[in-house]
Amino acid sequence: MATAALAEAHDEHHYTSTGLPHTKIAIWAFIGSECFFFASLIATYLIYKGRSVVGPFPHTPWVDPATGQHFKPILNIPVTSASTFVLLMSSLAMVLAHSAVVRGDRKWSKIWLASTALLGATFLGFQAYEFTSFVHEGLKITTNLFGSTFFTLTGFHGAHVTAGVLWLVTMLFIDFKRGLGPRDAINVDVMALYWHFVDVVWIAIFTLVYLIQ
Amino acid sequence: MATTVAAPRAAGPKHKYESGIWSWLATTDHKRIGQLYLYTALAWFLVGGIEAFIIRLQLYGPNGRIVSAETYNQLFTMHGTTMIFMAIMPLSAAFFNFLVPLQIGARDVAFPRLNAFSYWVFLAGSIFMNVSWLFHAAPDGGWFAYAPLNTRVYSPGLNMDFWVIGLQILGLSSLAAGFNFITTIINMRAPGMHFMRMPVFTWATFVTQFLIVLSFPFITVAVTFLLFDRFFGTNFYEIAAGADPLLWQHLFWLFGHPEVYILILPAFGLVSEVLPTFSRKPLFGYPVMVYSLILIAFLGFGVWAHHMFAVGMGPIADSIFGITTMLIAIPTGVKIFNWLGTMWGGSLRFTTPMLFAIGLVSLFTIGGISGVMHSSPPSDLQQTDSYFVVAHFHYVLFGGSMMGLFAGIYYYFPKITGRLMSETLGKWHFWLTFIGMNLTFFPMHFAGLDGMPRRIWQYDANQGWDVDNHISTIGAAILVVATLIFVINLVRSRRSGARAGNDPWGAPTIEWSIPSPPPAYNYATIPTVRSRYPMWDMKAPELTASVPHSPAGEKEVTVKVGGATAGHIETPADTQLNAENAHPSAHELGIVMPTPTIKPLLATLGLCVSFFGLIWHRHVPIIILGGVIFVAALYAWLLTPLEPEH
Repeated sequence: MATAALAEAHDEHHYTSTGLPHTKIAIWAFIGSECFFFASLIATYLIYKGRSVVGPFPHTPWVDPATGQHFKPILNIPVTSASTFVLLMSSLAMVLAHSAVVRGDRKWSKIWLASTALLGATFLGFQAYEFTSFVHEGLKITTNLFGSTFFTLTGFHGAHVTAGVLWLVTMLFIDFKRGLGPRDAINVDVMALYWHFVDVVWIAIFTLVYLIQ
Repeated sequence: MATTVAAPRAAGPKHKYESGIWSWLATTDHKRIGQLYLYTALAWFLVGGIEAFIIRLQLYGPNGRIVSAETYNQLFTMHGTTMIFMAIMPLSAAFFNFLVPLQIGARDVAFPRLNAFSYWVFLAGSIFMNVSWLFHAAPDGGWFAYAPLNTRVYSPGLNMDFWVIGLQILGLSSLAAGFNFITTIINMRAPGMHFMRMPVFTWATFVTQFLIVLSFPFITVAVTFLLFDRFFGTNFYEIAAGADPLLWQHLFWLFGHPEVYILILPAFGLVSEVLPTFSRKPLFGYPVMVYSLILIAFLGFGVWAHHMFAVGMGPIADSIFGITTMLIAIPTGVKIFNWLGTMWGGSLRFTTPMLFAIGLVSLFTIGGISGVMHSSPPSDLQQTDSYFVVAHFHYVLFGGSMMGLFAGIYYYFPKITGRLMSETLGKWHFWLTFIGMNLTFFPMHFAGLDGMPRRIWQYDANQGWDVDNHISTIGAAILVVATLIFVINLVRSRRSGARAGNDPWGAPTIEWSIPSPPPAYNYATIPTVRSRYPMWDMKAPELTASVPHSPAGEKEVTVKVGGATAGHIETPADTQLNAENAHPSAHELGIVMPTPTIKPLLATLGLCVSFFGLIWHRHVPIIILGGVIFVAALYAWLLTPLEPEH
C-alpha cells in the first residue's frame, strides 16, 4: 500500500494546500494505520502470554508430561539482541543515505542505501535462523498459543522489513541507473519514514516479547 | 501553481484508452471511478435486497418452507455482508470519489491510479464473495462471524473461507482509498478553501477516512487470525489450546463499531448538503456540525463492548461502555437539532432529495433512540439477539444511511449525468420507501420485545409473532416495488431526463459552478474560495450575510470554464456538455491530466489469482503466480510517471 501511494510520484508543478508533497501525508496516514495493526498483534500476544496449555515456552523450561522430553526456554535473547542492533544500525545508515541524496552525493547515497538494505537483509537472515531453530527445538506456529502469536507477530514484522528491503533495492537500482539527486529526496524521505517506523515497531516487539519475562 | 492556463495545444492522436470499454478499464478519472462505484454498488444493493426479500418471504408465516435452514443462514449472512461492505460503503465511496475533488476545487484525487486500484479491488472482492453461491457455499456464519464458531472444526466447508478472504480483499480496497482521500483533502484544497469552509460532505468524508484507516487494522488482524486458524492450524481461537473466546469479539467490535459510523457519516454529510439548498438557508451551526462529526468519530472508538454486554464482562466494564454509548447520543442529537434548525424558517422546497433528507432526519432519530435504549446494559440484556435489535439497526442503516444516500443520488445525479431524475417517479420512490420501510421494520420492535430471536429460519405459530411478521413481509414487498421504480427512474433519466445545466437546484457550493457532467479536468482554472457558500455569494448574497468571509471583502468566487468567463459564474443551462467537444479538452487548455492505465487492474487480477489459489485447495503455484503478477504490475505502475512527460 505504501509503495503504491508513494509512487504516484511527486509532481512539482502541482499546487498543494500544505506545501508538502502528497506522498509525505499519505505515508503518515499509512503509518497511523499500521500502528493499530501492530498494536492489535502485540496486544494479542500479551493477552495470550502465559495461557499456552503446552510448551515450549518463551522464558521458562518445560517438560512434556507425555514423553518426558525436556524443552529449554525457547527465546535466544543474545542472538536477538545482535539482530536488534543490526536493525537499529540500519536506521542510522538510512539517515545517512537520505542526507547523501539531499546533498546530491551520488557515491555515498549508493553506499548508504546498499548498507541499509544489507543490514535489513542481515536482520532477516537472523530471523530466518531464529525461525528454523525454533522449529527444530519443537515450536511451530501450530504448537501452542505462544507459537501462533509469536510467529504471526514477528512474521508480519519480517514481511514489513522484506518490503522495505525490496524498496531499498529498487531505489538503489534507480540510483545506479540514473543517479538520485535532491529532487528524489522526497521519495527517499518517505521510504526512510517507513523504514524507521518498522524499526520502532521492532523496539516495541523486542522489549515486550523478548526482554520482559 | 496550476492556476495559470497555458496556451491551447493541438489535440494529439486519440489513444485507445480514450473511448469505449478501454476508457473505463484504464480510467484514472475520479468521476468515472465514482460512477463505477455507484453502479456496482447499486447492483449489489439489488442483490442484497433480493436476499432480504427471500428472508422476509420465509418468515411471512410460521414454519416457512421457502428455503432450508442452511440456505437461510447463507442468506442472512450474505445480506448483511453485502449491504454493509458491497452496497452502503461503496455507495459512500461513489460520492467520495465523484464529489470530494469537485467540492474542494481539485482536478483529481492525490493518487489517481491508487484510486482505480481501490475500485478494482472492491469489484474483485465483491465478486469473489458472491462466487461462493455457485459452489452452494455462501458464507453462513453471520456478518460478524463469531469465532470460535467459525473455525474449521465448527464450520468445515468453503463457506467461511470465502468470507475471510473476501473481507480481506474488501478491507484492502477501503484502506487504499482511505490513505488517498486523507491526502486529497489535506493537500488538494483550492486556495481559500480552509478547513472551516469545506462543504460538510467533504468533512464527513475526511472523518470517515480516519475511521477507516484506524479501524480496519483491527478487522484485518482478526480475520488474519481466523484465516491462519482455518488454513494453517494456528490456535488463535482454539479454546482447547487456551484461547480466549472473547478475542474475536473484542477485535471485531473494535472495528465493528467505528464501522457503524463509517456507514452513517457520509449519509449525514450528504444530507447536510441537501438541507441548506432546499431550505435556502446556510447550514445551522456549521462549526458545531463539524465538531460533532469529529466527536462522534472519536467516541466511536470507545464504545465497542456495548455489543458484548451479554457475554458478562462485569459491572465496571458494562457501566463504562454504557456511559460512553450514552455520551455519543449528544453529538448525534446535536446534528439532528442543527438539521431541524437549518429547515426552521427556511423557504422549503420538497423535492425528492429533500424528502429523502427529511426521511433520514426522522427515521434515523427513531433508530438513534432505540440505540440509546440498549446502551443501558440491563435493558440491552432484554433486547440483545432479538428482533428489537434488527429493528434498531435497520432504522439507522436503511432509515439513516440508505435514505441519505438516496438523497445524495437524486441531488447529485444531474451533476453526474447532466440530466435530472424524474420528480414524479422520485416521489413515488420516496413515499413507497418511507411507508414500506416503516411497515417492514417497525413491527420488528414488537416481535423482538415479544421474544422473537434474530437469525431463526422458522418459528412456531401461536407465539404472538405472526401478525408482526405478516406486516414486515408486506412492507418488504412494498420496498421491492419502490426499488423497481427507482431503477426505472435511474435508467430512464440517464437516457432521457431533462437537461440539468450547471446548477439545477440553486445550490451554494462550488461543484455547481462547473458544467454537468464536468469536463475531465473539472475546473479550467482552479477557483479561489472566499466563503463557505461561494455560489450563493454570487447569486443570492442576502443568504450568506451571516457566514464568515475573507476580509478581502470580495464576495465572488472566481470560476472560469474553458477560459471563456472569469469573475462570475455562468448561468445555469448554458454550459452543459451536450455533445462532445462542447468544452475545450484538457489538452487544448494545456492542462496535464494523468495518463490512463490498466496497470492497477492488472495488479488486482494478480491478487485475484492468488486468492483463488488459496481457496482452490491452497494451490501454492497458483498463489505464487498471482503474487508475481501483482508485484510485476505494481512495479510497472510505480515506475511509470503519473502524467505524460512534457
